[in-house]
Amino acid sequence: MQLSREDLLQAYRKMRMIREFEDAVHEEFSAGNIPGFVHLYAGEEASGVGVCMHLDDRDAIASTHRGHGHCIAKNCDERGMMFEIFGRKEGLCGGKGGSMHIADLSKGMMGANGIVGGGPPLICGAALSAKTLKTGGVAVAFVGDGASNQGTTFESYNLAKVWNLPAIFVVEDNGYAESTASTWSVAGSQVERAKGFGMKSYEVDGHDFFAVWEAAREAIEQARNGGGPSLLHVKLNRYYGHFEGDAISYKAPGEIEAIKAAKDSLMIFRNRVSEAGLLDGAAMDAVDKECREKIAQCVVEAKAGAMPTEADLLTDVYTSAY
Amino acid sequence: MAKKSFRQAINEALRQEMERDHRVVIMGEDIAGGMGAPGEQDAWGGPLGVTKGLMPQFGRDRVLDTPITESAFIGAAAGAAATGLRPVAELMFVDFMGVCFDQIFNQAAKFKYMFGGKAITPLTIRTMYGAGFRAASQHSQCLYPLFTHIPGLKVVIPSNAYEAKGLLIQAIRDDDPVIFFEHKMMYDEEWDVPDEPYTIPFGEANVTREGDDVTIIAFGRMVNVANEAADNLEKAGISCTVVDPRTTSPLDRDTILETAEETGRVVVVDEAHPRCSMASDIASLCAQEIFGALKAPIKMVTAPHSPVPFSPALEDLYIPNAAKIEAAVRDVMGSSTARAAE
Ligand SMILES: Cc1ncc(C[n+]2csc(CCOP(=O)(O)OP(=O)(O)O)c2C)c(N)n1
Repeated sequence: MQLSREDLLQAYRKMRMIREFEDAVHEEFSAGNIPGFVHLYAGEEASGVGVCMHLDDRDAIASTHRGHGHCIAKNCDERGMMFEIFGRKEGLCGGKGGSMHIADLSKGMMGANGIVGGGPPLICGAALSAKTLKTGGVAVAFVGDGASNQGTTFESYNLAKVWNLPAIFVVEDNGYAESTASTWSVAGSQVERAKGFGMKSYEVDGHDFFAVWEAAREAIEQARNGGGPSLLHVKLNRYYGHFEGDAISYKAPGEIEAIKAAKDSLMIFRNRVSEAGLLDGAAMDAVDKECREKIAQCVVEAKAGAMPTEADLLTDVYTSAY
Repeated sequence: MAKKSFRQAINEALRQEMERDHRVVIMGEDIAGGMGAPGEQDAWGGPLGVTKGLMPQFGRDRVLDTPITESAFIGAAAGAAATGLRPVAELMFVDFMGVCFDQIFNQAAKFKYMFGGKAITPLTIRTMYGAGFRAASQHSQCLYPLFTHIPGLKVVIPSNAYEAKGLLIQAIRDDDPVIFFEHKMMYDEEWDVPDEPYTIPFGEANVTREGDDVTIIAFGRMVNVANEAADNLEKAGISCTVVDPRTTSPLDRDTILETAEETGRVVVVDEAHPRCSMASDIASLCAQEIFGALKAPIKMVTAPHSPVPFSPALEDLYIPNAAKIEAAVRDVMGSSTARAAE
């Protein structure tokens, strides 16, 4: 394991930050303070963080409708994100995008996406830019199990391979697309699909940060070294409904509670590093407190933030005067 | 007559047509829900519960949940329509047409013509449109003008639950591909809806009120907003005709032109963007056909030429409302008075 103490603390901080962020959004949504469609990433933290720990600003990611975790993992500003979700002018996208469209291209975050399967082709483009401009960058598409069935996803596998792009496809399989089980909707298997395109593929336990981190390290190293695309099939669980407001009646009674008790990614991480004597509980408790306070502050400020005004309605449709 | 919501009216139309004709099948993402899952079946009935209860009655063979693969299942619905079934496919949000448009406009729309009349394509695509849900740029568009542009497609935009039931039954019985637009802000709105099946023919506009001063032509949800504006204007002594064309393709040109000619003043209300819209289409029609009868320039009330913003503060400014329609009506009244005075 090549993770330093600082790396481990940072990984834990990112995962905890995502959890706090999502729990706070859940609460605010339930209280009627957040408009629109919100899809939460709680339970899936180890995937986004385990992958993005290997990335820097020259690397691009494309996210999904469930994008808050990917944003935080890719270093988007949590305060700007919270403002965005509340529709405020100071939001990362000026309040025009909202939860489903948070983006920060300066961080290589190409956007959450309202279109399932919208991301993989974009990531082929980002990988093409990196390759052509010789930036040394790679590009990662996060894809749900549902999105893995879109034609755009398959076409992107093929294109990434035939162009030998520095692309990585991370299929985050939380078992469901809306209320539909991935055991039904996905014919064949994710890793076999990848093999069909001649891509290297990995089966990964997405509750285990270290497993994700290790598989992502290999895949990203290969891409950076000109070895072309690969695919990670990351199996994990989401803790909240498909969107906020979903009654989750399609899951078995007790399904979520059982996963939380046995496989919570933060719990597993804590146990692992404590047992190995890599981090002590007090240091992680301090991170917990830091994250909780930071997110609470973001919520307070976002709620008080100014709304955009009529003058903002027609800006940024085009780059030049129209 | 029983009050039923827009949602119930659509559900009832589907149920009655499925009972009447075994060739009617419905398909879409989570239209029943719970497929392959350990919990409740029929867990969703679509994201807003519109198709709930149909799977338990008709079974999974006729209520088909699909993977997220619009190009394949919308195309499959077109192919099935050309080969004996009468499918009703749900494209959850019309914004997702981007993923599957080829199957609609190059395939389904053109079979009949390209094949020299030797095909019928009794396909209905139900889809959600419209702003107001705080659903942002990729889940709020109108887009019916894009479909209206395509020869071979029929395009239906019901303005209330009564209209929805009759027009949907007509769509399912129609032998051409029909795109059926459901405004997502209307599902809970109630209306008097008969229990028995009935149809409303395509291409016959509904004049929802008659007045002397201004003719307002509006589409879908905007029909109700136009009627609200007309109520307010009535109190101020301005009387309006409000026309609901019901279908943009075919379009009831005669009713639009006759009512426009009667008042000589036209306001068109369309929630879509202004360029190449139904608003510009109707304005152009009136300018071409009844120019001499017009007492004032035609006015369009539309959303602006921008994507739909997320922030409620911006979205409320974006959507046409009664105040904007009233202002437009006063404008055409004012400009015609000014003209008369010249
Ligand atoms: C093209 C398209 N089709 C359908 C939808 C509606 N939709 C939004 S999320 C979703 C399920 C996505 O499932 P998955 O990819 O597994 O991601 P998860 O929600 O499980 O994270 C669906 C069907 C959409 N947004 N875009």
